[in-house]
Amino acid sequence: MNPFAYERVMDDKAAVHAIAANKDAKFLGGGTNLIDLMKDNVEHPSTLIDITRVQGLAEVSNGGAMIGALVRNSDLANHADVRKNYPLLSMALLSGASPQLRNLATTGGNLMQRTRCYYFMDTAFPACNKRKPGSGCAALTGFNRIHAILGQSEECIATNPSDMNVALAALQAEVHVEGPKGKRTIPIAEFHRLPGKTPQIDTTLKHEELITHVALPSSASEFATHSYYLKVRDRQSYAFALVSVAAGLMMEGDTIKRAALAMGGVAHKPWRKKEAEDAMVGKQANAQTFSAAAEILLHGAKGYEHNSFKIEMAKNSVVRAFSLALVGRTA
Amino acid sequence: MMQDASTPTQHPQSLPTRYDARQKVMGKATYAAEFNPPETLYAWMIQSTIPKGTILSVDTSAAEHASGVVKVLTCFNAPKLPKPKIQPPATRFVSLLQTPEVHYNGEPIGLVIAKTLAEAQYASSLVTFKYQAEKPQLDFEHHLAEARMPKRANTPPKEDHGEKEEAWKRAVTVFEQTYSTPFQTHNPLEPHATVAFWVGEKLTVYNSTQYVSGDKQTLAKTFALPLENVHVICPYVGGGFGCKGSSWSHVPLAAMAAKVVGKPVKLVLDRQQMFGPVGYRPRTVQKIKLGVDGDGKFVAIKHDVIMSTARVEDFVEPSAKQTDMLYACKNISTSHKMVDMDIGVGTFQRAPGEASGTPALESALDELAYKLKMDPLELRLRNYAEIDPGKQKRFTAKHLREAYQQAAERFGWSKLNPEPGSMRDGNKLIGWGMATATYPANRSAAGAVLRLMPDGKIMVGSGTQDIGTGTYTVMAQTVVEELGVDVSRVDAKLGDTDLPKAPVSGGSQSTASVGPAVKAACAQLKLKLATLVVDDAASPHHGAQTGDLEIKDGFLVSTKSSAHEPIAEIAKRHGEIEVKGEAEPNEDVKKGMSAHSWGAVFAEVEVDESSGMVKVRRVVATYDIGRLINKTTGTNQLQGGIVWGIGFALHEESALDKVYGRISNENLAEYHVPVNRDVPEIDVTVLDIPDTKFTPQGGRGIGEIGITGVAGAIANAVFHATGKRIRHFPITPDKVLMTPKESAEA
Ligand SMILES: Cc1cc2nc3c(=O)[nH]c(=O)nc-3n(C[C@H](O)[C@H](O)[C@H](O)COP(=O)(O)OP(=O)(O)OC[C@H]3O[C@@H](n4cnc5c(N)ncnc54)[C@H](O)[C@@H]3O)c2cc1C
Ligand code: SF4
Repeated sequence: MNPFAYERVMDDKAAVHAIAANKDAKFLGGGTNLIDLMKDNVEHPSTLIDITRVQGLAEVSNGGAMIGALVRNSDLANHADVRKNYPLLSMALLSGASPQLRNLATTGGNLMQRTRCYYFMDTAFPACNKRKPGSGCAALTGFNRIHAILGQSEECIATNPSDMNVALAALQAEVHVEGPKGKRTIPIAEFHRLPGKTPQIDTTLKHEELITHVALPSSASEFATHSYYLKVRDRQSYAFALVSVAAGLMMEGDTIKRAALAMGGVAHKPWRKKEAEDAMVGKQANAQTFSAAAEILLHGAKGYEHNSFKIEMAKNSVVRAFSLALVGRTA
Repeated sequence: MMQDASTPTQHPQSLPTRYDARQKVMGKATYAAEFNPPETLYAWMIQSTIPKGTILSVDTSAAEHASGVVKVLTCFNAPKLPKPKIQPPATRFVSLLQTPEVHYNGEPIGLVIAKTLAEAQYASSLVTFKYQAEKPQLDFEHHLAEARMPKRANTPPKEDHGEKEEAWKRAVTVFEQTYSTPFQTHNPLEPHATVAFWVGEKLTVYNSTQYVSGDKQTLAKTFALPLENVHVICPYVGGGFGCKGSSWSHVPLAAMAAKVVGKPVKLVLDRQQMFGPVGYRPRTVQKIKLGVDGDGKFVAIKHDVIMSTARVEDFVEPSAKQTDMLYACKNISTSHKMVDMDIGVGTFQRAPGEASGTPALESALDELAYKLKMDPLELRLRNYAEIDPGKQKRFTAKHLREAYQQAAERFGWSKLNPEPGSMRDGNKLIGWGMATATYPANRSAAGAVLRLMPDGKIMVGSGTQDIGTGTYTVMAQTVVEELGVDVSRVDAKLGDTDLPKAPVSGGSQSTASVGPAVKAACAQLKLKLATLVVDDAASPHHGAQTGDLEIKDGFLVSTKSSAHEPIAEIAKRHGEIEVKGEAEPNEDVKKGMSAHSWGAVFAEVEVDESSGMVKVRRVVATYDIGRLINKTTGTNQLQGGIVWGIGFALHEESALDKVYGRISNENLAEYHVPVNRDVPEIDVTVLDIPDTKFTPQGGRGIGEIGITGVAGAIANAVFHATGKRIRHFPITPDKVLMTPKESAEA
């Protein structure tokens, strides 16, 4: 770990001011990702700006629709309004990490967590475009079992590891941010990027911006009765997703009125396609419909030496997730 | 005195709690890294980032000027050691900064010594090496054809019994398949840790180790010291599983650093450093061929193993070892070959051989049973080995039949419908599988000391280790049993080379080796006390015959009269009384009986067909491990072994990168072991029939057998659930999903 300075800010203005003043500074949330990466020499911020005491960002309000960036993953998952109106988000959060980690992890930090690509996390591997632009991608020829099958580039095949982000994508959340020039809102679909030729950039958040809130559209609560977060992983708990599916249905009798669908573990960002959701609208809720949506969502998927299985696993999982969503809350 | 009383002891009251439980729960158990001699400095190991080549130059200037740095050592300035390479027993191929050659990725190539750990780590990141890289060999599968015989002497010979090829002609059914097991890394919770300091030419080392005496020898040889100049101390070990049975590079490196800087030096490995330079279980590919006659009895068995090895040192994972003795057959042939790779050295990992061999052999038996349309348990019973078929020797004891029966009953095996895919629970397919567990019973010579204090306390000591398995408990319990004193009076000491020598805590031998030594010491104490009192006018035994005296309930009592005296009184009059005891393996065993432990494992799994995820629902196992010396620690070992077996079956794999030669998933988030949710109800029972041919106490080791058989039983259950044979461990969701069902005919 490099030597670094530590400072603590108490309000959003001060946070933005501090980060804008230092291009090598980073915000410190729960630290569960950033500190690990600093210890492993992947991240080298010159200053940590501790935002965990910033006023007003640790609350969930508006029936669960407005989430402060400092709300801890455990608190968010167990918040009564969130469980009632956005159970998909709650399930996704609870499927992630461990209770200890969730007690520390913040909403903002979870949005910003970096890939778990082995070659990114171990600096002894010389080739990683995300860590060292232009150095190559060791995952292409390496152990790429956990890597992307959609939206990847020749420069990077990493995935976004978050479960929360997948639920947020399905629910079409918005990320509220604040910078020196004021506030703006980024739709979740535009928040995380595909790697393209610049895999070192994970998100569209600017260096000098602070995430203040995540907002959920109130219409998303209509998925509450029929939603399911399915996570396929190497063990029963405490493992990142091989693939995951956030599935939500609004039903009118047997017919699908609206569908929400996003996948994790398959791309550099939560993978959602409006066409896949639209294809389900007006259809009977059955395996055939779910499977057709899966085909659309997975269209163009490409596997590598160790991860081709994800294509079939993803398709199966979409069908299974919707079947469980259909059964509803008690499932 | 060497002794091995073969009179069976009566069944003891085993201590209800671990002797060391209180210390551990209170946080008062001091582990190696927690020793802080005054002025301790911190060392951090720099490791190579290429798999093969030569270090051309190193730039240490930035590191040397960094805050807190005291010294940077590399092959260009490290003290030259008297002998460049050290031979076993304890030490393996180690890297002590003596040469610029790089033999594997992650090899120790430098050491930074600083005032704090953070400063040492940071300064390490400032050291830059220039290499001349060479082309490494890192692809195991593609070099199987080049496999060669092992060079090292400790390897199991190629076994060939009986008439070989001829036998196969008599087989009515022949089955042949290939299985594989991955690299696995030990990952005890406590990483390797060493604190070393010198006083003149005397070296003291606190080390997390399974073998204090081995470390002592290694250090003495490395620094050309007389043995008595080295003192190794290790009161507690937070798990070893075999990787702490050898002294790896960091142990002498810590001592070297301490010598150079003239202060105590602490060197602790982090999790990432546990992957590579301190051993792992080699990868194996195992070809098994089974031939049976019309009754399902084996006429020939062949088990050929090819494993990975480090180019610099052979280590054999003897996966075919159990095949030489597990089932009755006149024609058994086994072999072990290896493929050279430019990777770190492999080593003993919990149940070396059986852990990786039984999953293959027991899967093969299951496949054969299906082919024969025979109950898998019936196939094993038909081929029950009454004597060791390889060695043609009698077993010291074997009650495997009872174990099969008991476990099968507890599991409900008789209700098995063998049809794959015949059981369901909602979305989940349910499957049952079984396998045999086995592990050799080992025992070595060991010594123990007893000191009876004037205040009535009894110190019992042995230079053994407690790697969490319960050695403290067994030592204390043996004193309680033999002398009839309350455990509160017993002060057990171990993990110190100043105590009488004991063997490595490996091969499940500590209890079987140290227990008898303590028992022998107790007998010596009786003798010594008796000799003292018969001439002691102050004793009620004055004038008695020494042979008429014995120790009972903390008293020296006469078998001829009612005379009795508390043993503490004798020490009060005569001062501290010290005796020593030694014990070595029974003549029976030495003369060549075959000693093994046995078990039967049954597993139920559920498989999600859509995702391929497997969950173990229950495991039922019954073991014949001789006498269960202590219920708490013994059952714990067996259950822990089964959990390990679940990890072997479903989770554990160190994924070697074929280009760079590093383990890519080198942390505990990505190297998966079972978590709570992966561990079901585990029903362990023990037959508890003493094997007094093996030790006077009747116990055989239990530290490793728990792993064996489990992965096979789970793989077989996965087949029963799905109709899919996953022959390449671990059975991860991708494999379950992508493996086609076996065709019905197979
Ligand atoms: C062993 C392990 C297992 C895990 N398993 C899972 C899993 O299964 N599923 C899963 O989803 N996650 C998992 N995680 C990841 C975990 O969810 C993240 O580490 C956590 O959400 C990060 O939150 P944090 O507050 O600790 O972030 P930090 O580590 O504090 O910060 C992460 C990044 O976010 C930035 N940041 C933080 N807050 C803000 C803000 N308000 N505005 C702008 N930038 C900000 C920081 O500067 C930093 O770059 C696991 C982590 C570990 C260590
Ligand atoms: S996949 Fe991306 S993060 Fe991983 S090695 Fe390649 S460039 Fe780096």
